[in-house]
Amino acid sequence: MEVEPQLRARDEHAAQVTPHLDPGGSAQGDPAILDKSIVNSITAAGWRIEPMGDGCLIVEFGQRVDAEINRTARSVAHYMLAHPIEGVVDIVPAFTSVTVHYRPEAFSDSPAHDPPHRQLRRRIEAILAQGITHPIDVARLVEVPVCYGGDFGPDLTGVAASCGLAPEQVIELHGASPHVVYMLGFAPGFPYLGGLDPRLAMPRRATPRTKIPAGTVAIAREQTAIYSIETPGGWNLIGRTPLKLFAPQASPPCLLQLGDRVRFVPIPLELFRTLEAQQA
Amino acid sequence: MSVRVAKPGALSTLQDLGRFGYQRFGVVVGGAMDAWSHRAANLLVGNCESEATLEITLIGPSLTFAETALIALCGADLSPRVGERPLPLGRPALLRAGSQLDFGRRQSGCRAYLAVRGGFHVAPVMESKSTYLRGGFGGFHGRALRHGDEIPIGADDAEDYYPGVGRMLRESGDSFYAHACALVPPFAIAAKTSRAIRVVGGQQWDALTDSARAQFLSAAFRITPNSDRMGYRLEGPKLELREPIEMISEGVTFGTIQLPPDGNAIVLMADRQTTGGYPKIANVASVDLPLLAQMVPGQSLSFEMISLDEAQRLYLAGEQDMGAVAQAIQRQRRGP
Repeated sequence: MEVEPQLRARDEHAAQVTPHLDPGGSAQGDPAILDKSIVNSITAAGWRIEPMGDGCLIVEFGQRVDAEINRTARSVAHYMLAHPIEGVVDIVPAFTSVTVHYRPEAFSDSPAHDPPHRQLRRRIEAILAQGITHPIDVARLVEVPVCYGGDFGPDLTGVAASCGLAPEQVIELHGASPHVVYMLGFAPGFPYLGGLDPRLAMPRRATPRTKIPAGTVAIAREQTAIYSIETPGGWNLIGRTPLKLFAPQASPPCLLQLGDRVRFVPIPLELFRTLEAQQA
Repeated sequence: MSVRVAKPGALSTLQDLGRFGYQRFGVVVGGAMDAWSHRAANLLVGNCESEATLEITLIGPSLTFAETALIALCGADLSPRVGERPLPLGRPALLRAGSQLDFGRRQSGCRAYLAVRGGFHVAPVMESKSTYLRGGFGGFHGRALRHGDEIPIGADDAEDYYPGVGRMLRESGDSFYAHACALVPPFAIAAKTSRAIRVVGGQQWDALTDSARAQFLSAAFRITPNSDRMGYRLEGPKLELREPIEMISEGVTFGTIQLPPDGNAIVLMADRQTTGGYPKIANVASVDLPLLAQMVPGQSLSFEMISLDEAQRLYLAGEQDMGAVAQAIQRQRRGP
């Protein structure tokens, strides 16, 4: 629940990852993309709180995957992490929502004998009603080197064909898309990135693969994901990064953080091997 | 002190109360499937409830204790014994140095929890000792126990917690001495009961057809063989939605009942993912999760709907029961 140390740790991560891949200087110095602190007026109609079982409330901010809705969810999660409520054990932001996991026994004492879920709901409503200030987005740009196609990206040619593009154009559009980390989920450190160029929008594969290696970069719908550990999966595999997305001993354990902007940089196989060796 | 694995059993992993605070990084919570038995076992040996226990699944391991150790087993009855002598469940037992704990036929339940006084000395990962098998981290080297493993354990101070227990062991001449301190039901074996699993409605409960809602609350569902710590896949009448729903992935929790397009519900268990994208038709009341955790593949179950207020009332009552057990152990541990 400590927010400050993590923000510091984020920058350390950036320092580890970006320098040799970001010769032009990262976006940290670019004032045009630094979010200033903007007051976000979340109107009464703009959110809905629903219970999920007897130890969770889900706060929902919309019904579609959208940059602004996602930003609201991330800001609310950020605020709740910075202002912890006793008894809340996990805050899980997703595309359009924040799930709040809590221990009901922390809310067992109320003069009105209100059940715990009603007490916590009131606390969250009060936070939302006062308005949430978007944190100054860390505006971190992480460059992710990717070796596209071949064994690493067996679906690259198929994706290109169904989009009516050449594989090189897919790589170019993927690299130029303004990716933002919308959510971490599915597996430890597994990022869902919004911002994929709509020309690359693809359905998921009809038959999922049973084993996808860690580091695999994949697309589906209008999103990109990077498989953080070896898992099954149904996305279209276009390449692989030598970066480690998840390291259980690191703090935080993930390379990418919510709100990070991500730029994919094509690299040849030799550089992939060099960077992979550096990561090990 | 250490315990040596002479036989690993079917699936024996270290688990605690879960890895909370990291779900926003996609890190799975994990932890004991039956948290009640886990906590009770810890209380019996005077550990903190959050200390790791060994979760033993269906077929137990054989464990050799090099030194005298105070242990307790709760949950499933997998016929534990030391030598030829059965080891009682739900009671602390002081094992003689060099003795071996074995298991036999499964009598009831699915998962037994072995607590050792002083705990299992493994390094916490993200503040938890729970083993996450798919991620390969936590617990003992991120994996289930194997033949030949030596796990550092414990504290050699059983005598401080149960005065006289060492002398009783010496005088008995047996391989172990079981202290009189015992847990009372309902902690013995919840799995022996056959009542319905209580649930509260989920966000998409109303999206089910009328007949699907009726079926969910009346039919028997079988736990299929491909059920594990991540989820229980159920087989029964196919449940239908009024119309397909386009879901956006969001948080899920222990006991969330998801409905994939094939109409067969899945109950998410301890090693569930942090988020999910299927309709959520119901959530198992937390108080009944231990019961579910003790059910085995092939077993059938049914569901009963209760209100959220009732689920939380039951949960708080359960916490009070656990508090009462802790107090009872404190009263009994100094003997009659």
